[in-house]
Amino acid sequence: MSSNRIQQRMDALKASGRKALIPYIVAGDPTPSVTVPAMHAMVEAGADIIELGMPFSDPFADGPVNQRGAERAIAGGMTLRGVLDAVSEFRQKDQDTPVVLMGYLNPLIAMGEVAFCDGCQASGVDGLLIVDMPPEEEGSLVQAAKARGLDLIYLAAPTTTDARLATIGQATSGYLYYVSLKGITGSSKLDTTEVSKRIEHMRQHISVPICVGFGIRTAEDAAAIASTADGSIVGTVLVSQVEALVNDPTKIPEALQSILKPMRDAMDANA
Amino acid sequence: MALTEHELRSLDYEPDAGGHFGDYGGRYVSETLMAALSELDQNYQKLKNDPDFQREFDADLASFVGRPSPLYHAERWSKAVGGAQIYFKREDLNHTGAHKVNNTIGQALLAKYSGKPRVIAETGAGQHGVATATVAARLGLECVVYMGADDVERQSPNVYRMKLLGAKVVPVESGSRTLKDALNEAMRDWVTNVDDTFYIIGTVAGPAPYPQLVRDFNAVVGRELKWQSKELFGKYPDALVACVGGGSNAIGMFYPFLKDTEVAVYGVEAAGRGLSTNEHAAPLCSGRPGVLHGAKTYLMDNSDGQIAHTHSVSAGLDYPGVGPEHAYLKDIGRANYVGATDDEALAAFHEVSKVEGIIPALETAHALAYTKKLAATMRPDQTVVCNMSGRGDKDIFTVAKMEGISLT
Repeated sequence: MSSNRIQQRMDALKASGRKALIPYIVAGDPTPSVTVPAMHAMVEAGADIIELGMPFSDPFADGPVNQRGAERAIAGGMTLRGVLDAVSEFRQKDQDTPVVLMGYLNPLIAMGEVAFCDGCQASGVDGLLIVDMPPEEEGSLVQAAKARGLDLIYLAAPTTTDARLATIGQATSGYLYYVSLKGITGSSKLDTTEVSKRIEHMRQHISVPICVGFGIRTAEDAAAIASTADGSIVGTVLVSQVEALVNDPTKIPEALQSILKPMRDAMDANA
Repeated sequence: MALTEHELRSLDYEPDAGGHFGDYGGRYVSETLMAALSELDQNYQKLKNDPDFQREFDADLASFVGRPSPLYHAERWSKAVGGAQIYFKREDLNHTGAHKVNNTIGQALLAKYSGKPRVIAETGAGQHGVATATVAARLGLECVVYMGADDVERQSPNVYRMKLLGAKVVPVESGSRTLKDALNEAMRDWVTNVDDTFYIIGTVAGPAPYPQLVRDFNAVVGRELKWQSKELFGKYPDALVACVGGGSNAIGMFYPFLKDTEVAVYGVEAAGRGLSTNEHAAPLCSGRPGVLHGAKTYLMDNSDGQIAHTHSVSAGLDYPGVGPEHAYLKDIGRANYVGATDDEALAAFHEVSKVEGIIPALETAHALAYTKKLAATMRPDQTVVCNMSGRGDKDIFTVAKMEGISLT
C-alpha cells in the first residue's frame, strides 16, 4: 500500500516528537547507477522521506546548481522510465521510506499522464510534486494520481495570498512544501524568524504537515526550521556535493551522509 | 479540431479568465510566480481600458516610434513573382528597426504605472533587448537583458547597442545557450526580485497574461493595416503572411483580422535545414502539445519530453515553443502554419534587397520566402501583405560570414 506511507511516516514522527528530514537529489545525477545506493545511504543517515528529482531540460524554477544536476542526469542517460525503475529497485530493500517524485510537467505529458501514474503505482512512488502545475491547471494527471492513491504535494510561497492558501490547502495531500524564500532553489538568505511567523499563519489554512525548503544549507538551518515546521527539505547543498564528486561518483553516497547526519542530530537535539 | 467558417466568425478570440486559448496557454508556473502574475494581470486588465494609459501609449507610438508604419506596394517584386500584388507592412521602419518596440513601450508603461523601477528582458536576436533598453533609457528605468551566450556571439552589434543604451547584458551559459535559456534565466531573476522588477517578455509566449498583453500591444500593426488596405486598394488583403518564432509580429498583424475569415492567414516557421531533419525550429509544423515556460502550447521535444535544441539561421526564430494563441488558431483551422528553410530565407533576403531596396531581417526573410510561393499561386488582382517585421542591418555580418566574406 503506497497510499499512506507519507501519512504513516508523518504520524510516527509526530508521536515521537521529531521532525522530518527530507533530502532532494536529482535521479541519475551524474549517472544512473549512483541513485539507488545514494537513496539507501540517505535513509541510513536519517532521511524520513526522499524527494527524487525527475530531470528536465528547462527547470526554470530551480537555480543553476539544480539545473546543472538535471543536465548531467540527462547527459548520463536518465529518462523518466529510468526514474521509475530506480524507485522499483529502491523498494526491493526499503518498503517503508516514502518517495516523492519532483519535477516538471512536460516529460509526464510525453509519457502520457495516465501511463506515468500507473508506473508510479507499480514502482512504489508515494507522492508527486509538479513544480509547474498549480491547482488552477489541474488536469488528467491529478485525476489519475488520486485514483492510484498518490499524494499530490503543492508549493506555497511567502507571496501566496490567504485565498490561494485555502485553494492549495484543499488540493495538497501528504504535506505542504513551503518555499521559504522569494527566489529559486539555492538562493542564499534564510530568515528563520520570518519563516516561523509565516508557518503559524499558514496553519490556519493548511491541515497537512508543513515542510520547508529553499535555503537550508547547514545543520543549524535544518534545526532552526524544524523547531517550527514539520520538516526540513534539503536540496541544493546535496546537489552541490554531487557536483563536486562527478569524477568520483562512488564516493557520493557517503558524502551525502556526511551532510545529512549532522542535520539529523541537530534536529533531534531540539526534540 | 477545425471549426466551420461560421463558428470562426463568431468567436471572440479572447482568453478565458485563467488565460487559456482553448486548451492552450494558462499559467503553468511555480507558486513563487503566481502572486506576481496575478498582480500583473489585475494591473493590465485595469489599464488596458484606462484612457490616460492608452493616450500615453498611442502618443509614444506616434512620436517615439514613428507610427503609423507605411503599407508599401512591392511593385517590382510583384511583377517578378508574377502573381498577386505584394505589399509590405513596414515595421522595419520603426524606431529600433522592428515591431518589437510596440510591445516594449506598452510593457514599460505598465512598469511605470505599476511603480517598478527595474525592468528585465530576455532576448534572442537582440531586437527585443534593444527595444527594451531603448524604452528603459527613455523612462529612466534600470535595465538588465539576458541573452544566450551563443546569441551574444552571433549578434554582437545588438549587444553593443544595448550597452550604449545603458543596459546590462548578461550572457547565459546554461542549456543550449540560446533564447530559451535566456528566458529561464530572466524568470529566475524575476522570482528573486519581484518586488521592484517588471519582466518585459519579448513575445506572445510565457504564462498568462503575457500572451494576451503582448498581442494587444502589437495589434496596432493589424489595426493600421485594416484602414491602410482599404485606403490603398479598397478592401482587406486576400492573405497575410508573417514569420513565427514566438509569434508576436504575426499575432499583432493577424489578430484584428481573425473574425474576417475572407482574409487567409499564414504563419511561417523556421524550417532550418528542412522539416524532415531534426534541425529546425518549427513546433507548429512538426512538434506536439506540451508545457514550456509557463504555458501549454506546441513545442519541440524528444520522446522523453526533454526540450529539443532547435536550429535556425535566424536567432529570433530559434525557439522550441510558440505563443499559445497560435497553437489554438492552428487547431481550430483559422491560421495556416508553414515552414521556410534557411536556404529559402537567404534567397529571399538577397532577392528583396536587390529588387526592392529593402534589406530584411533574417526572421522576416522566412515570411518573404513563403510570400513569394503564395503570391505565385494567386491572381494579379489579389493582394498579399507580408509583415516586414524587421530590418536586416543586424544580420549582414551573419550572412557575410555564411557566404565566406570578411567584413573586418
